[in-house]
Amino acid sequence: MRPEELLFTRTHEWVCFERAADGSQIATMGITAFALEALTDLTYLELAAPGTQVTAGQPCGEIESVKAVSDLYSPVTGEVIEANLAARDKLELLNQDPYGSGWLLKIRTQEGAARVELLDYAAYQRQCAEEPH
Amino acid sequence: MTTSLLHTPLYEWHVAHGARLVDFAGWAMPVQYGSVVEEHRATRRHAGLFDVSHMGRLRFEGPGAAALLDGVVTRRVADQRPGQVRYALLANEGGGVLDDVLVYHLVNGAGGSYYVMVVNAANREKVVRWLEPHVLRRRDVQMLDVSEAWAMLAVQGPRACELVQPLLPELELARLRYYRASETLLDLGGQRAAGVVSRTGYTGEDGCELMLGPSAAVRAWDLLVAAGAVPAGLGARDTLRLEAGMPLYGHELSEEWDPFQAGLDFAVDLEGREFVGRAALVARRGDMSLPRRVGLVLTGRRAARQGDTVCEGGLRVGEVTSGSFSPTLERPIAMAYVESRVAAEGTALEVDVRGRREPAVVARLPFYRREEPGRTM
Repeated sequence: MRPEELLFTRTHEWVCFERAADGSQIATMGITAFALEALTDLTYLELAAPGTQVTAGQPCGEIESVKAVSDLYSPVTGEVIEANLAARDKLELLNQDPYGSGWLLKIRTQEGAARVELLDYAAYQRQCAEEPH
Repeated sequence: MTTSLLHTPLYEWHVAHGARLVDFAGWAMPVQYGSVVEEHRATRRHAGLFDVSHMGRLRFEGPGAAALLDGVVTRRVADQRPGQVRYALLANEGGGVLDDVLVYHLVNGAGGSYYVMVVNAANREKVVRWLEPHVLRRRDVQMLDVSEAWAMLAVQGPRACELVQPLLPELELARLRYYRASETLLDLGGQRAAGVVSRTGYTGEDGCELMLGPSAAVRAWDLLVAAGAVPAGLGARDTLRLEAGMPLYGHELSEEWDPFQAGLDFAVDLEGREFVGRAALVARRGDMSLPRRVGLVLTGRRAARQGDTVCEGGLRVGEVTSGSFSPTLERPIAMAYVESRVAAEGTALEVDVRGRREPAVVARLPFYRREEPGRTM
């Protein structure tokens, strides 16, 4: 997936939406290359298990590096339907392919369900440029 | 990064080489250049190069220097011979730790004896203010804060001495024993500079530290990098010292805890001398009602961090003072102060890591010990 085709949270998650056969939407999320570079030296990743109800803007996992730990925040309200255990067990995947095989969660959400503010790629890049790295 | 931060002579180098800079005790210091883990491993396996110019350096001159220092540090320094370095503590009247320091007894080119005390950057102003009345009470000693006039580099790792040796035409590092120091001339690619070299460090590795003037420090840094030393930031310095079980002021050391609680009995000489805090330390020694510093190895993957609560059977028994993933052990390690009844090696405890209990076992410090013999702190 090219980052230009994704949407971004202010807390450095990316998300993309697909329509499922039953009319619900599937949000696939991960964390951005910018955030991964700032974290460096990942040591641990925890992801909400399938079946977990998550709320937009609330934690849905945690990611830890040698120096610090951060929450992952769900961009949407819905139900986790899949967690990327391959990425959890092989953290290099996140750095190698953050917008592809380094995805983290798939969340089933409904039309009209709550979402956090989402930025397009250009707006997200502007936000990153303003942050101390 | 605000402009009011102090810069070491290597600041431009750090910026030019992509260092992530942080405010450390008022100094703009590199926390990492790339990966903390890679800088850590380079130090354990090869040689890491650290800018430690932010450390405070106080110089004491005059016939009363030894007597002054012996009256303010917990360890006997009056009998310290020229060329010796000692780890010691400054204690307050209550026995709490004001700072942990290295005391160097040095000799200048004219044969004159002087002392240097290396103090923590975060404590420098406090220590200078605290020492001033002691210095002024005597007429035979002068204290100079040379922290900003001198720079300081640490080269640490199994190959550190081999890389530094070509800069030292007049001194054979292999003959300088651990915790010894000497003034020496440095050869910086044809340029000569005066400096002090010591067989000291804060990583648990062999190596040395250099005190030298600002422009000499930049030249020495360039030469050492060209020779293969790997620049390493404060991030790696922290994980290295944590594995080596070395306390850090503001984490394992504070005015709340005494040296015995910290497990630093070796740095306290109570007999046959007077020093600030001695009476309190005599009373506190052996007081098992006070919490003790311990090492913890966590069995899960989540790392405990400073401030996390340590529990036993659901009850609070202490607090984590430092914690991180250990690149060498490849698991989370921590240091904590816990009630003495649960401080024995092997005791099973839990740490509340962000709301969830993680199993931990009290471990012997240091977590990591290098293989070469002859290492004492």
